[in-house]
Amino acid sequence: MSSNQDNTVEHEEYYVPEQSKLPIFASIGLFLTVWGAANWLNGDANGPMYFFAGSLMFAFVLWNWFSIVISENIQGLNSPQLKKSYVIGMAWFIFSEVMFFAAFFGALFYVRSLAGPWLAGEGEQGLGNDLIWPGYEHEWPVMTTPDMAANGDSATMRGPEQNMSNPGLANWLGWLPFWNTAILLTSSVTCHIAHGALKKDNRRQFNIWLGLTVLLGIAFIILQIEEYVHAYNEMGLTLESGIYGATFFLLTGFHGAHVTLGTFMLLVMFLRSVLKGHFKSDDHFGFESASWYWHFVDVVWVGLFLYVYVFG
Amino acid sequence: MAHGPAKGFTRWLYTTNHKDIGSMYLWFSFAMFLLGGVFALVIRAELFEPGLQIVEPELFNQMTTMHGLVMVFGAVMPAFVGLANWMIPMMIGAPDMALPRMNNWSFWILPFAFAMMTSTLFMEGGAPNFGWTFYAPLSTTYAPPSVTFFIFAVHIMGASSIMGAINIIATIMNMRAPGMTYMKMPLFVWTWFITAYLLIAVMPVLAGVVTMMLFDIHFGTSFFDAAGGGDPVLFQHVFWFFGHPEVYIMILPAFGIVSAIIPTFARKPLFGYSSMVYATASIAFLSFVVWAHHMFTVGMPLAGELAFMYMTMLIAVPTGVKVFNWVTTMFKGSMTFETPMLFSIAFVILFTIGGFSGLMLAIAPADFQYHDTYFVVAHFHYVLVPGAIFSITAGVYYWLPKWCGNMYNETMGKTHFWTAFIGLNLTFFPMHFAGLSGMPRRIPDYNMMFADWNMISSVGAFLFGAAQILFLFNVIATIRGGKKATDEVWENPEGLEWTVASPAPYHTFSKPPQVS
Ligand code: HEM
Ligand SMILES: [Cu+2]
Repeated sequence: MSSNQDNTVEHEEYYVPEQSKLPIFASIGLFLTVWGAANWLNGDANGPMYFFAGSLMFAFVLWNWFSIVISENIQGLNSPQLKKSYVIGMAWFIFSEVMFFAAFFGALFYVRSLAGPWLAGEGEQGLGNDLIWPGYEHEWPVMTTPDMAANGDSATMRGPEQNMSNPGLANWLGWLPFWNTAILLTSSVTCHIAHGALKKDNRRQFNIWLGLTVLLGIAFIILQIEEYVHAYNEMGLTLESGIYGATFFLLTGFHGAHVTLGTFMLLVMFLRSVLKGHFKSDDHFGFESASWYWHFVDVVWVGLFLYVYVFG
Repeated sequence: MAHGPAKGFTRWLYTTNHKDIGSMYLWFSFAMFLLGGVFALVIRAELFEPGLQIVEPELFNQMTTMHGLVMVFGAVMPAFVGLANWMIPMMIGAPDMALPRMNNWSFWILPFAFAMMTSTLFMEGGAPNFGWTFYAPLSTTYAPPSVTFFIFAVHIMGASSIMGAINIIATIMNMRAPGMTYMKMPLFVWTWFITAYLLIAVMPVLAGVVTMMLFDIHFGTSFFDAAGGGDPVLFQHVFWFFGHPEVYIMILPAFGIVSAIIPTFARKPLFGYSSMVYATASIAFLSFVVWAHHMFTVGMPLAGELAFMYMTMLIAVPTGVKVFNWVTTMFKGSMTFETPMLFSIAFVILFTIGGFSGLMLAIAPADFQYHDTYFVVAHFHYVLVPGAIFSITAGVYYWLPKWCGNMYNETMGKTHFWTAFIGLNLTFFPMHFAGLSGMPRRIPDYNMMFADWNMISSVGAFLFGAAQILFLFNVIATIRGGKKATDEVWENPEGLEWTVASPAPYHTFSKPPQVS
């Protein structure tokens, strides 16, 4: 359905499923997953087993859950009002994701613009510099950590050898993040074209443009992996490379995880369309929500590109 | 849809019914309230006298931490979600919550999350011992191994809260009966609507901060370590960006509940309905820009101190509007004092005391003296116990006859109220004095000069604990029998929930009512 459908006059019966086994099993799966993860991280030999069993169970339940929701829609159980609930749910879910990224962007701004200069002795907050981290000077990216400035070779918290920041406009064509940006922006456009084709009931065009979007998503992921391998092997840039490594990998890493999920969602939509002929020109919220998610991931990337790479 | 509840235990596991799920939330919350209460009584028993007598300092720290975490995330928040589940669909004329299966999922995550959290008590190195605010580096570099379990427990209970909040938003936006415009919604619905936005805005930030901890602990990042260029104070900023809205998450629905109860027993419509709505929205909005009032002593620039001080004081204005409206509603009303009303009046008075001590704390230079003392403990217990807890209790007494069709025992209810009222004031009022004269919070032993205040506090705490047993007893007795309640239950109460039978049928409003 289209999200702006007017249903103020609608009052068909709202479909309330009688009972469902899905939630309790989803909870058990989720619990086993995190229980396993925590045990694993704490060095318990059984951790991985719980983790994988839980993840598998969780994935299985979610798979069924989505299948059931889709078949309910196909059976015509979903009134326009119910569909609107899904629309609202997805929209605010994406908002919560935005706030998750906001925490990491906030951390980046804070250390970069406030805490860093204070550590380097700026202003009334800078007293600690002489006493604890003598010699630390703040620059971003932080290549020389306070530990290195104060303790030289005996420092344990070390910065990266190289960073990912802007190599200067002239070199952009050989700069991977630039290509990643181009890919992701293009994929948002192809996704949008696919949506337009679906609304005009042009199935062939829809499949082509959606398939292209999925391929672009995969290309992005491959390049991102390539970048990480390069960072670890050749640039001495790891999670442990001080605050620069921490913010770099968590911001790009969580974004990458979201791209992976988004690509998976779009791939499922592609297969549903190609194999099962799902979606109608006026009823395709499954695809629409995946495309919203995709645009959201894209917007986050623009923020990353600017603040982690270009002005990095 | 005509069906009643399913039979047997699986009814509760598989249910999609908002009333079943509401009941489960409420019982879960009460169980956590008792568990958190036991932790509190361990603390108060140790503090009965100066010196170390009952628990080791290490266990004492675990008790303060677990008490706070269990009460905030296990008792108060789920209780409000339980009330939302029961009441919002009935109040807006909806057949159920908008997303019934996700509703069940939101609930069933919680028992697992808390099983995981309490299991840390039995782990090597003990439970989390760094306070409910889990400041780094106490919670990272110096934390017991169980912190990893704590982090994941927070992750999944956060997921539960976000899904619960999304469900409430979808229900309110999409399921209102024809004619139920936004400005006709009962205040409980309004306050929850706004609370749900706070939840989806800040629970992900909490998830972010525990994720940073996880990476600092296990993957060598240095978010909270100055040696690598990070900053432990960063932890506090991110935490309180979540934490301050969180305290409003625990009080806005309370405002909604007393705004429903006071008009009923004053027999006058609520004074200033729309100003209540706007005040709630302003409080929610301001709650995003005051977080650093918890960090006045951390060494912020002067401009920061001042900005956060003035913003914090500004919050007292809409809060004052609310108190004014409740008092004005009662003014010249034909008041009666049934148990829900007693709890609500106590709410208005005692919450205001908490608001005033909050204002004192908001004065940055004065907070240098008060910070990390028992004065802060007195402040937040005055807003949370007679605030959040009393409003929940009031709500339960008010709506219980609607839920189970029987009247509770009024004498027992009043006894519960007075015991709780006296107990809580004995417990928390002396803490103001102990704090002002310098007693630090989160310590197992203290200077002789604080002995009297502490002894009174401990006696009060056990009295308050005993009062809750009475509550449990009264609720169970009401569910099992008692005088039949009428459909209206009270005299001319306002709201759609009073137009359906008592007990409310398993499915209400399969066809939406027309609201004039
Ligand atoms: C007029 C309104 C309020 C003002 C001006 C206010 C102000 C403050 C300030 C300045 C502090 C920090 C004190 C310190 O650590 O030195 C504080 C602590 C606290 N407040 Fe409030 N507050 C208000 C209302 C509330 C409400 C409604 C709640 C909850 C329902 C609440 C819960 C808390 C909690 C839990 C803490 C302590 C957190 C901790 O350190 O463990 N406050 N308040
Ligand atoms: Cu606060």
